[in-house]
Amino acid sequence: MNQQMMIEAAALSKRYGDTQALDKVDLEVPAGSILGVLGPNGAGKTTGVRILTTLTAPDSGRAWVAGHDVVTDAPAVRRKIGVTGQDATLDEALTGRQNLVMVGQLSRLPRSQARSRAAELLGLFELDDAADRVVKGYSGGMRRRLDLAASLVMRPPVLFLDEPTTGLDPTGRQRMWGVIRGLVSEGVTLWLTTQYLDEADALADSIAVIDHGRVIAQGTPRELKSATGSQLLEVTLSALHAGAAATVAGFALGVVTVSDDGRRLRAVVRSESGLATAVLRALDAAGALVDDIAIHQPSLDDVFATLTGADTAAESSAIVEGVLA
Amino acid sequence: MSATTVLPAEVYAPGLFERLRSWWGDVWVMTRRNLIHISREPMQLSDVTIQPVLFTLLFIYVFGSAMVLAGGGSYKAFALAGLLVMNLTTSSVGTAIGLSTDLATGVINRLRTLPMSPTSILVGRTISDLLAAALCSTIVAATGLAVGWRPTTGLAEVLAGFGVALLFSFALSWMNACLGMAVSGAESAQGIVFIVIFPLAFVSNVFVPTQGMPSWLATIANWNPVSAVASACRVLFGNPNPSGTIQAWPMQHPVAAAVIWSLALLAVAVPLAGRLYVRRTRD
Repeated sequence: MNQQMMIEAAALSKRYGDTQALDKVDLEVPAGSILGVLGPNGAGKTTGVRILTTLTAPDSGRAWVAGHDVVTDAPAVRRKIGVTGQDATLDEALTGRQNLVMVGQLSRLPRSQARSRAAELLGLFELDDAADRVVKGYSGGMRRRLDLAASLVMRPPVLFLDEPTTGLDPTGRQRMWGVIRGLVSEGVTLWLTTQYLDEADALADSIAVIDHGRVIAQGTPRELKSATGSQLLEVTLSALHAGAAATVAGFALGVVTVSDDGRRLRAVVRSESGLATAVLRALDAAGALVDDIAIHQPSLDDVFATLTGADTAAESSAIVEGVLA
Repeated sequence: MSATTVLPAEVYAPGLFERLRSWWGDVWVMTRRNLIHISREPMQLSDVTIQPVLFTLLFIYVFGSAMVLAGGGSYKAFALAGLLVMNLTTSSVGTAIGLSTDLATGVINRLRTLPMSPTSILVGRTISDLLAAALCSTIVAATGLAVGWRPTTGLAEVLAGFGVALLFSFALSWMNACLGMAVSGAESAQGIVFIVIFPLAFVSNVFVPTQGMPSWLATIANWNPVSAVASACRVLFGNPNPSGTIQAWPMQHPVAAAVIWSLALLAVAVPLAGRLYVRRTRD
């Protein structure tokens, strides 16, 4: 069961007018793992979810969820999946409880079971107090939780969450992360789309970066970070040493910056295995005494900016300036 | 979450009876959901509650005061069946509005990812609208009885009259379901009232006998399904039916014509609605 691919996409393509929403996308998600699908707005993340959840058909390519073809065997797929979309898919005029009971009954649960499952989920998502109020009066966070509860009614083995924390406050996000971790610990396979790098970093076993409908990078968060090829080296010496800067420069991709007291050296270096040992040996041979050595991985933000060509740091500082002005 | 909870669905191959039962279960859940919507906003029901009372009183007292029926009989006795059919015809637009509203909101995406029968969305809608139509008929009849309308036949005939009217209303609901899905939103669906429903309701024998109309208009009115249904109700209620002397097949056989029109409309609109639903929910 663990080796089985619960979600498979093979050369999926979909075009809307002039926009190539998906361009020959190949992705696989092993049972019980989380795939984080990361990309800017309009990258094709939602189109992918819509195809895999049988809401729309691909122009070409094929996809299987829990072994069932999403086009030719859509009813079987629907028995295996839970979906929480970017926009809440709740019935505004019904109460929270009525929404969950309706979903249970339409999933062919007997009424009594649909009612008890609804009560259970309302408790789990801390919605007991609001259970018998009409959804129209719910807050954004409450809607998200109820929407997620609605996709869990049948305990589906495969779950699609399309930007589940977009628009939530930090507390709401932390809470949602907790719920997601809990689900995966129960063995659910999860397809999680997000615009947030820290979210993918914190939750996903594997990340696919999508831009303009193409998968431009794929791997574990760690692999992606090392894939950019550069790391930051920081060395602290016990005392000022004349030959140290020249020694570190032998590893550096650019300039070596030296602190005023001459003890702290910083440089961008190419990532390779055994790097720290090599730097230490070289410094030792030069006669420098080292107090501390650190090699940092770049943040996923750096990776994302490198891959999509977007200068996220510049954009966000521009936004901050805009807000302050 | 283990394989055992997944397995039954895979080996589960329901027979016809079992499938029909789950289909009907879905329809009933959707119907109940629509009824809850109505209970949240009772003013949505004004077209089957307040409007029938108003129209019945207005037409009987305002128009009725100046009407003399050719062939005798009171306008009150003549008008009630017409008012019944007119109210059912105009309120059938509710199906178009309700359905296009559902298709425009996020809830349709939730429903479409559930292992439910997709047709139950359409059938649940037309059945809840049929229940609203039954309420509308009851209110028209009660208002009529209050102002002195009386059927002169037996209970079976009177019930048959209401049955024919409701069958027609059900068929119109399906037609409106098609119109509602063919247009883009709930506001456009409102426009259907003026373009399709008003001419259908008024170019008929609902308020006045067709004998006084220009001959081309009378021909259209005599073959209008609404006229056949109104005449059928008049015959079954034992009320004056001046159209009975007109030499057009539907006016000679109004009950048969009303039933045939309704079934023909259903035969066209039900499959068409299914196709429009598929087209509308595919992008």
